[in-house]
This record gives sequence, C-alpha cells and structure tokens, in this order.
Amino acid sequence: MTQFIIRRLLQSIPTLIGASIIIFLIFAMAPGDYVTSQLQNPKMTEERAAQLRALYGLDKPLPQRYISWASGVLKGDLGDSLLFKKPVIQVINDFIWNSFILGVAIMFFEWLIASIVGIYSAVRQYSVFDTIATLLVFILYSLPSFFLGLVMLKVFAVDLKWFPLGGMITTGSNYTGWAHIVDVAKHMVLPVATLTLISVGGLSRYFRANMLEVIKQDYIRTARAKGLKERTVIFKHALRNALLPLITLFTLELPSLFAGAMITERIFNWPGIGKVVLEGIYIRDYPLFLGYTMLITVLTILANILADVLYGVADPRVRLK
Amino acid sequence: MAKNLVEFRNLKTFFYTEEGVVKAVNDVSFSIREGETVCIVGESGCGKSVTALSLMRLIQSPPGKIEGGEIIFDGRDILKLSEAEMRRIRGNEIGMIFQEPMTSLNPVLTIGEQIMEPLMVHKLMTKKEAWNKAIELIKQVGIPRAEQIMTSYPHELSGGMRQRIMIAIALSCDPKLLIADEPTTALDVTIQAQILDLLRKIKQERNMALMLITHDLGIVAEIADYVVVMYAGKVIEEAPVRELFKNPKHPYTRGLLKAKPIIGQRQERLYTIPGQVPNPIGLGDYCYFSDRCEYAMDICRQKIPQLAADENGHKVACWLYEGEWKK
Repeated sequence: MTQFIIRRLLQSIPTLIGASIIIFLIFAMAPGDYVTSQLQNPKMTEERAAQLRALYGLDKPLPQRYISWASGVLKGDLGDSLLFKKPVIQVINDFIWNSFILGVAIMFFEWLIASIVGIYSAVRQYSVFDTIATLLVFILYSLPSFFLGLVMLKVFAVDLKWFPLGGMITTGSNYTGWAHIVDVAKHMVLPVATLTLISVGGLSRYFRANMLEVIKQDYIRTARAKGLKERTVIFKHALRNALLPLITLFTLELPSLFAGAMITERIFNWPGIGKVVLEGIYIRDYPLFLGYTMLITVLTILANILADVLYGVADPRVRLK
Repeated sequence: MAKNLVEFRNLKTFFYTEEGVVKAVNDVSFSIREGETVCIVGESGCGKSVTALSLMRLIQSPPGKIEGGEIIFDGRDILKLSEAEMRRIRGNEIGMIFQEPMTSLNPVLTIGEQIMEPLMVHKLMTKKEAWNKAIELIKQVGIPRAEQIMTSYPHELSGGMRQRIMIAIALSCDPKLLIADEPTTALDVTIQAQILDLLRKIKQERNMALMLITHDLGIVAEIADYVVVMYAGKVIEEAPVRELFKNPKHPYTRGLLKAKPIIGQRQERLYTIPGQVPNPIGLGDYCYFSDRCEYAMDICRQKIPQLAADENGHKVACWLYEGEWKK
C-alpha cells in the first residue's frame, strides 16, 4: 500500500508540471495585467506604466517569467499578492479557513440530506415521497446560487430578521469563546443553507440511481431469501454496494472544501478565499490566482490518489494484495 | 405415503407490464410431499421460477402480483402470512439457491458473514456458535480449507465453489424444503454432476424435500421422484418420473423427450418442436400448445384442456385423452 501511494505521488509530478504550465499560460495570455488595470488612474503615465511593468517583471518573455515563478513555487514562495501587498501564501492562509468551515458544514448537510432522500426515494420508487422529492430536487438543482442566496437574504434576514445580513461576525462585537462560536454559526446559516439546497439535488439523484441499480441485483434477492429484515437488506447488503461509486464522488469533492464559493461568499459578504479571489480579478492580481489555482490543482491530484486508496479499502475486488 | 409439505392450489401470478398482462403462472396446482424430489420442467419463460418465487413470496411488486390461489406450506397458507411470519419461513424452513452463482453472493461481504447471517437471525446463535456451524457447513458441501474460505470474498472463489456456498447458506437452518432454481445451468458439465451429487447426498441425509427447477431432462431422469411439466404458465403434465419417461402423454412432453440426444444413436440433426413459445401477453382461452402441436384438433383452439388423472395417477391436460377419462 505504501509503495502504491509513493508510486502514485511520483507519477503525479509530470501532471503537476503540465498543469502549472497550462495555468500559467492561460493567465499570462488573458488580456490585461496589473498595470493596465491601473490605467484609469489619471496620474498613470506611459512612462510610469513601463516602469511598473519592469518592476513586476511583466516586460520579460513568457518562458523566463514562467521559470522565475515556478522556481519560486518550488521554494515555497508563491510571490506577492498585488491586491493585499502581502505574500500570496499569507493571503491564502488568512482567508481559506473561513471558506473551509463553510465548506465542511455544507458538505456535511449535503451528504446527510442527499443520502436520506436518495435512499428513501429508491426504496419507495414512484411513491408520493419519491415524486415530490424528485420535483423539489430538480427545482433546487436548477436555481442559480445568486438568486437563491438573494431570496434567502430577503426572506430570512431582511423581512424576518432571523439571521444577520452578511459577514462572519457581528460588526463591532468582540465575543470570545462560546459566544463567538454562536455568533459565527448564526452568520453561517444562510450561506450554508443556500449552497446545501443547490448541491443536494444532484447528489440525491446519484444515491437514488445507485440504490435502484443495486436493489435489482441477484444478491439482494439472496439476502431476502435468507429471511433477513428489510432494514438489514437495504442498509447492510444494498447500501454498502451503492456507496462504492460515491466514494470517488466524495473524495473528488474534498478539494472544493478549500476552493470557496465566489458568488455566494460575495453575496453573503463572507470573508472566504472565493470572495477574495473574485476581488483579485478586478485588479488582475495574477500571483494570487496562480497560487490559488495551483493549490486547488495539488489538492485535486491528492484527492484522486485518496479516492483510489479508499476504493480499495471499501471494495474487496479492487483491494491490493 | 408421506404427507404433503407444499400444495399449490390454483396459483395465479401475473405481471402487469406496459404491453399488457403477462400471466406467468396461470392456475397452477401441484404438490410436493415430505422428503420428495419434484422437478419442474419447461423452457425459459414458462413460469417455473415465478412459481418458486411465489412460494417464497419474493415476486417483485410492482410489476408482479399473486392474483389468486393458495400455497399451503406445512399446514399454513403462505399467501395469508404477515411479512414477519414470512421472514421466519424464508431461509429457515425453506432454503433457496439460484441459477447464477456468480452474482448471487454479495461482493462486499465475506463468505463467512453471509453464511452466518441466517444462523444468527433464525437460530439466534451467537457469533462464535454461528462461526463454528458455518465452518461445519462449508465442510459438508465439500470445500476444503473451510477457515480460509470463511474470510474470503466471493470473487476469490470459482463458480462451482460459490454454488456450494449458496447451498451451504440454504441448508444452514435445516430447511424442510430446498428450492433449487436451475442450480447447475451456469456451471460447466463436470461441476454440474458434482453439484447434483451433492444435492442428492444432502437430501438423503436430511430427508428434506427438494423442488428442482430445470430444463434439462438428463437431470430430471437422474434425480427426480416426481415431474411437473409446465408450458406457458400452466401445468400440462405431471407424473412419477419413471411413468413420465416411459409413457409421456402430452405432445409437448413427447417432443421434449424426443429432442434429447441419446447415446449410441447417431443423428444428423436433433429433433426440435416446430414453432415457438407463444407471446405470453393476452393469451386467449385455448390450448397454448395447439399452434405447435401435430395432433391439434378443432377443440384445441376453442377450449383450454383441464388437468385430469388416469388410473396410475398420471395427470395430463390435453384433449387427446378426453375420451380415455370417460371410459
């Protein structure tokens, strides 16, 4: 097993290099840079612009720029964010954990609700519950996050005043300990509810489809023929098999815990990495994008390896001997 | 004579599909006595498996539904039992093995776990007792290295071994009846013989009744006490095995026996019954075999013949024998 993981890690090095080149080229070739984003400033002259380009190394040829960036990355230096005037690593570290707690909460509720709805729909296929669940799920699935987010704000924050309008902590407060946790939790409710409702649809369909597929199998008939309780048949014999394909889905969703949600975080003014990166776009903060995108790339590759390992643990047929 | 263990009385199991109603089992009556081996013979789709699954009450619903009749098992009407009472019969008083050993075992559970399950549910054994009993069962079905097999997964075993495991599971609670639904069809010929020998041996040791579903007349000749021939959801002939092979009555049964290769007889081409099984949807009130029957008369296309017995207890549903009953 250790050998397998080491081999997979080594194999991912070329992937990473290729990905970094592509990411770098896409950002380098996109129109505009940090300097052009400052041109509306009336004090900016042609001369000053050229000076700035030289300062940030934007006047050098592409390969040279890539190598100087990549060698920095290898040393653990992602460069400085142009927006925050701070090292990119520090910026990411400042904001990513805010996104992470939001992501963990969303993932927890998403999987909890999707599994219950999906399994129950499959066991009672074409029942009233299944029909209503299917309808609701498709409505939620097709709603854009900015729309649902704004509706949530209007209803629960503006009209009912149950939850705060945005941010992560009450402005001007300095709660500590338990009070701080409760305050953050209150601010989390609306963004978490918005993103959970939108993502629960697709996942519950996966659960339903997998369960339906498994329930038709011969070994489920065998389990029933043994005289087992329906609960045992569904949760022990069927669910374990239905979960196998979902392991991949689950692990590949892990990087998104760190990715943040640009639009939703902006709507709810949540100080997460998604909102920060979105702000960075306006002033072409390429070092920040590059650092953020590379981080997600690395996490995605690691998640892939983890998916393979977990699949082996769960399914004896692909277990490594 | 031993008493009846199972009695099917006018069983009707229909499937409601989009194209129409399929009368998979249509007014079927026969019985299985204690300790007896009854073979249900017929080609694919004639309702053999559905009859067995109706007895286990494992018909997928929808689209299937048991529409009428009674199934008396050991003095109780199976169709009137509650789901909890039915669970106590399944796997405990009736064991069942299926056609496909490759897919009948759960791929993510160990063999041991799967054998121990019914023991712990029905016989209320502890894990330790169930483990020892499972090892004993694995040895009984003729698999060596039982301890190692207990912790193996189904994909590590061959088809023949998996079918033996299925038999071990079905036998675990000492059932009064074992249903074997084409247990050897998916296996190669040498393994087939071994599995049949095993079934026969176990049956004799335990004095258990065996309901064997097959389309292989070779197997019937080898193992059966009594034979029930089904065609398009109906029983068309039933008799003790010697009587049936010696004196087949229904033209369909005769056709089946003629279609069997005989050792020592060289034939260019095996006999086949002309025509095909009728489309099961929307069959009318006539003999379903009449289209393929060389003796078909006018009455065959107008009325359904009823099953009736001659003086030897040989039952047949065919208008050809109408005159004989009256004599």
